[in-house]
Amino acid sequence: MSKKATAESKSKPADKPADHAADAAVNRDLSKVERIELYRTMVRIRRFEERSLRAYQGKKIGGFMHPYIGQESVAVGCCSLMGKNDHVITAYRDHGHAIAVGMGMNEQMAEMYGKATGCSKGKGGCIHFFAPDRNFAGGHGIVGGQIPLGTGLAYALKYKGIKGAAMAFMGDGAVNQGAVHEAYNLAALWQLPVIFVIENNGYSMGTSQSRSSAGELAKRAEGYNMAWDTCDGHDLYAVRATMDKYLKLAREESKPAVIEIRCYRYRGHSVADPDNTYRTKAEIEEYRRTKDPIQTFLNQLLSAKVLTEAEAEEIDQAARAEAEAAAEFAEASPFPTAEDIQKDVYWETDNPAERKSQGRLFFD
Amino acid sequence: MPAITYREAIRHALAEELERDKNVVVLGEEVGQFNGSYKVTEGLMAKFGPDRIVDTPISEAGFIGMGVGASMLGVRPVMELMFWSFYSVAFDQILNNAANVRYMSGGLINCPIVIRGPANGGTNVGATHSHTPENVLANHPGVKVVVPSTPYDAKGLLKSAIRDNDPVMFLENTILYGNKGEVPEEEYLIPLGLADVKREGTDLTIVTYGRSVLHSLAAAEILHKEHNLSVEIVDLRSIRPLDIDTVLKSVAKTHRVLIVEEQKPFASVGSQLAFMIQREAFDELDAPIHRLATVDAPAIYSPPVEIEQLPNPQRVLQAALELFN
Repeated sequence: MSKKATAESKSKPADKPADHAADAAVNRDLSKVERIELYRTMVRIRRFEERSLRAYQGKKIGGFMHPYIGQESVAVGCCSLMGKNDHVITAYRDHGHAIAVGMGMNEQMAEMYGKATGCSKGKGGCIHFFAPDRNFAGGHGIVGGQIPLGTGLAYALKYKGIKGAAMAFMGDGAVNQGAVHEAYNLAALWQLPVIFVIENNGYSMGTSQSRSSAGELAKRAEGYNMAWDTCDGHDLYAVRATMDKYLKLAREESKPAVIEIRCYRYRGHSVADPDNTYRTKAEIEEYRRTKDPIQTFLNQLLSAKVLTEAEAEEIDQAARAEAEAAAEFAEASPFPTAEDIQKDVYWETDNPAERKSQGRLFFD
Repeated sequence: MPAITYREAIRHALAEELERDKNVVVLGEEVGQFNGSYKVTEGLMAKFGPDRIVDTPISEAGFIGMGVGASMLGVRPVMELMFWSFYSVAFDQILNNAANVRYMSGGLINCPIVIRGPANGGTNVGATHSHTPENVLANHPGVKVVVPSTPYDAKGLLKSAIRDNDPVMFLENTILYGNKGEVPEEEYLIPLGLADVKREGTDLTIVTYGRSVLHSLAAAEILHKEHNLSVEIVDLRSIRPLDIDTVLKSVAKTHRVLIVEEQKPFASVGSQLAFMIQREAFDELDAPIHRLATVDAPAIYSPPVEIEQLPNPQRVLQAALELFN
């Protein structure tokens, strides 16, 4: 259910319920092809995640990996609204956003495999994907640390007089970090065009919301006199309807907002999470059975006759094949070399012809 | 050449770069309406307006992180820290985000930010306000670190720092702000990573930077007059990049080295210098490398005792003489 509760207009009637989100102009005006693309992107994220989990289990991928499975509608819903001057930044659970902004599976899978063909040349890993050409300012590793940066993207837009918005994503675990509150204050104080998107999957790692956060998460915006809202993240249409409204306010009136999108992740916090200490299998199954965002959207498309079961199956098979091909691409790609370790550290050493400084920049 | 203060030299550098490039923005606590906690930015808001000279709340993690994000889209923020000591509350933004974003993006994103402010002891402000983090900063590949000792150096280096496409940490000194020095009226730049021999000599090389340069110069004068020792003083000016060649050239001439630094000794800038000198000029050394640093404790408040905790001309003199015993 979408709940309207901006700081200025608490007395206004509640928004239309989520099942009417499909009728919101931003959704109603979608063409059949566009709806199918939204579905396809969600399916591609899930199949990519599943394939990368297999690669992780096969020891092809190092470090951590934070699967996005179950939350696909959030990244796809939000990023599908991006105009050419809108920017996205997120935390370490970044694969979904990366696909949603249009990054290819190959460069992502290769990055996870630690290969030179990866989006960050094998230097960032799965928690540090970047694509500035797609206005994707990255996946970032420290909980909440990306939120001031996202505020800075909005500051840059406003300073340069560009009509655009930044979406700064975080999990529900990030809302208790000081840097997030500092960013809220700056955004509200200077009316920066940034939407702080809380992807509330109920757990900050293994600690449930009730055990980690006092009060309502998005409502904290009221303390900064900032608009806020919540929406059902299992419903792609609801995500789009809610975000569209606040993105327009950001772009047109340079107004920030905090939007809490309620969702659920089926997998552990990361691959290192055995996921058997803080929630029940029954809870996960219940979400999977009744609220899965891909199934929910598919049901909507099927009943609207936008898609047939057979076409959906084709999309699924194509996504699986694409993920498989990405794994093959990653496998076949070369690793960076030891000489590459000290490249991409300084702009100056990567552009020696334009170097102005002298002296040693690297040490033995 | 007119003599202006270190403070004015920095202000002139800011004003010239604000004039030259509309992407340059100055942000920090009290930089605008208040005219700067140390009056470095005095008059800049009146001249450039509140869009270019931005007063921030006391919120270092927030506004420095915001500056880092803005720099990723081509703004060139010059952020003032009222004291560099406050970097600790913005550590993640400076040393995880600014330092690493280019690397983690495989070179796709630049971070042309300058973070500047005073980093020094000696003003009786106690342990929380007296940090000299140049070693901590320089320990992070991806950032550059500059510590000017004179008005001339401060201006030329800051202009270069603002034009640099990498994040530059610029460490000033509240005690130097009022010092005067000759600064040309015409524009000039000093490249980062170029040391300056502040005094020539033949018997001992003192490698130093920041305010310790002045203590070393004072000690060198006494060593010359009272001990007939000729001291060469190499002012590093920039910690990273580091002009080790100028240091090694001086060592090859004097064969004795004293490092003077306002740093806690453990893993200091001097530790790195000593390693490099012994590694690259071992055969030139006639004595073990010596170092004079801050006495190893949190910064003491007691005003007369703080003078003894930090490098001062007398302590430099004693340390220099130890090299000849």
